[in-house]
Parts: sequence; structure tokens; C-alpha cells
Amino acid sequence: MRTAGDLVARMQITRGMRLPKAKEYVAGKLGVSVLDLCDPGVMYEVRGELGLGRFYDSESTYPAEPLAMEAKFRIAELLDVPINCVGRFRTLAGLAE
Amino acid sequence: MENKKIPTRMGDGSLTWMTAGEMRADLEEGTRVAAERAKVPPLDESELSHLLEIFASASRFTGVDIGDEVVLTYDGVGSQHIGTRIHDLQLYEQHLASDSVELYHPDYSFKAVKTVVPYEQGVMRQAQANVTVPLNYGAMPDLGRYTQPDGPVPNWSTLMPLGKIDAARAAQEEAVEHAVADMVYVCDGMLEAGADGVDFDTAGAAGDADFLAALRAIEAVRSRHPDAGIQIGMASEFVLGMHGTLEYDGVRLAGLWPREQMKLAAKAGATIFGPAVNVNTGKSGAWNVARAITIVKPCVQEAEIPVHMNVGMGVGGTPMAPWPPADAVSRSSRAMVDILRLDGL
Repeated sequence: MRTAGDLVARMQITRGMRLPKAKEYVAGKLGVSVLDLCDPGVMYEVRGELGLGRFYDSESTYPAEPLAMEAKFRIAELLDVPINCVGRFRTLAGLAE
Repeated sequence: MENKKIPTRMGDGSLTWMTAGEMRADLEEGTRVAAERAKVPPLDESELSHLLEIFASASRFTGVDIGDEVVLTYDGVGSQHIGTRIHDLQLYEQHLASDSVELYHPDYSFKAVKTVVPYEQGVMRQAQANVTVPLNYGAMPDLGRYTQPDGPVPNWSTLMPLGKIDAARAAQEEAVEHAVADMVYVCDGMLEAGADGVDFDTAGAAGDADFLAALRAIEAVRSRHPDAGIQIGMASEFVLGMHGTLEYDGVRLAGLWPREQMKLAAKAGATIFGPAVNVNTGKSGAWNVARAITIVKPCVQEAEIPVHMNVGMGVGGTPMAPWPPADAVSRSSRAMVDILRLDGL
């Protein structure tokens, strides 16, 4: 979450994408370059803007920002990839369409 | 300059001093013995030169070039000694910046976990509410657990020395059925509780029957959970023929090297394959890294799914030590990524 490793990991774990393809896919969805994916400075801003979850740090817990389950709803939509616990949360909370 | 001694590590993690010439000789020897044994091409001159650059340095740490970062997955995260297991997952995510995390039971065996699945499901469900990164559940096929006196089937390790080969083979075949049923049961439960994926770790530890059980379980889990992540990590570079004649999809499992292991794992439905190459503790890090890379290179070149090589305590050129030195871990990790173009570690 310092950069975009969790997002690239999702494409590998769920879709079996090899690394170059997974990086290109995530960069495309985020609207950044592949090199930006490993830049903490860039990704700090991008994750904040898109609500993809950021670290708690000493200055802020980002109380108005998505984190954990909330962020995973956004990640699933942005990456167009199913996230198991998000689907189950949606069903169990009565949010299913 | 040629005679200057450089600090480096042995396969057991102990510090030693070698000249660049001695390291080069170890790199050449490591790739030669691997090529001969695995019947694969040795590393070429540019690859050996790059490895020498990595090892012939006294720096405390090294790393890949900017832009060459890879994804990390795990066979369990946290020591389970501080706070709760969910704290372990959060610490790895929030403080260690892990790309993914893995929940595990301290008895890292599907057979043992089967008896406590409802409790594991509860932890998984709570954990998923608290972490952002992908969260898998892992355990070992651990086929030996099914043998008497602790398990239900005769012990093939005691039958074989008595010359009772048919009985030993029958026991392994029976154990496979038990193991597949247990693994599918546990995976069903953990995926039902929200796991992003499941990890069959140290597959093949008890030989070809152990590997067969993992492949059959993967096939079953894939058919029941089309979107689930499925990772398999191997126990060693070579599938031991404890049974000798078992096949998956028409391929004899005994004697398979990483390239063939990967192909079967992908065919069964895995999304990530983890090759393992054991470390020789009496050889240098340079020797072990050259050997491991040589063995795994054909696997990565032909992979259709991501390859996350096992680079940790005692495998992938990393010293067999409780706390592998960071200088050695970073060198073996960088070497693997630089030469093999891995998808992850």
C-alpha cells in the first residue's frame, strides 16, 4: 500500500496475470505510468484521490477516507476484478443488486 | 584487487570471506552441477558476470533497479506471539508494506486445520474487514500426517524397507484420497469466509503422492471457485518418487523438475506457482544462487501463470538459518529477479 503492490498482486492472484501484464493493467486503470506504480510519492496522491486505502501515519488516520473493506469495494470496481469478501459483504449486508 | 577478501555467506548463514575469483569459481560450479543434474542449459557469461557484481560487494544490502520491483506473497505472515493473528496481518500490511498477507494456523497442515475450520472462518471474516491487501489462507498438504500410528493408513516408510512395495503404494494412494477431501473441505470453508485465495504450501514434501494430492485438490477447488486465487509452493526442486508410478493428466510425477511441475499446476488451475530449490549449507551463497537460478530458469521462461519463487529460509539461495542475514536475503532475492525476471517472490 506504500505504492501499488497490493493492486498488482490482485491481478496475479485472481487472474493469474504475469507481472508485466499485471503492471500494465493496473497502471491503465489508475491512469498512471508503469513506473509510477512503484513511486510512493505518486501513489500516495493517487490512492488518496481514488480512495484505494492508505497507511495510517503519525499525522492522520484519514477518517474520511476508505480503508480495508471500504477501499476494497472501490478496488474491485476500479480494477474490474471480483473480490470475494466484497461480494459476500454486499450479499450479507443486503446490498446485492 | 583479485586477492581482496570480501565478506559473504555460506548456505548456513555463517559469515565467510572470499575473493572475487573464488566467488566466480563457485558461480560457475553452481550452474554446472545444476545443468548436469536437471538437464537444463547453464547460465551464460553475461548472467554469471551480473551475479558476480551482486556478490562481490561488501554492501549490507542490495536491491533490484527502480521499476523492476516484484510482488511478494507469503507462506503465512507473523509470529503469532504478539497480539492476535489479525494483528499480525495488519502489522504486515501497515508497517511492513506487504503486497499481500496470509492467514495460517500454527499447525500448518490441512489435516489439522480441518478440525477447526469454523474458528478459522471466524478469524478470516474478521480479518477481511480490517485489511486492504489480498488475504490468502495457507497450509500444507502434509501427506505423512495420514500414516499410522497418528493417521488412518499404513505407514509406507515402514513398509518399503520390508520390501512390501505394493502395500506401500496402496497406502499412499489411500492417503491421497483422504488428503484431497480434507484440502477441498478446508478451502471451501475459507473461501466461503472471504479468503482471496488459498495456498498449498510445501507441496510434494512427502513425494509424488503428496504432489498428486495437491494437484487434485487444486483442480477441485478451481471447478468450485472460478475466481479464487490458488497458489502452490513446492517443497523442493525435484519430486521424489516415494510411490514411483503416480500420474496426473498422463504425466508421471516422480522426478519432475520445476518447469514440468509448473505446467501441471497451471493445468490443474493454479494462478501462482512457487518453485523451490533447496540450499546446500556447506556451499557458498554464490554457489547456491547460481544453482537455483539455473534449475528454475526454464520454468519461468515457459510459464503461463505468475511464478513466485520461494526465496526464504533454506530455499532459493537464502541461507538455512532461523534469521537469514539481510545481506544474503537481499542478494539472493535480487539475483533471482534480475536473472529470471520473476513475477514475484
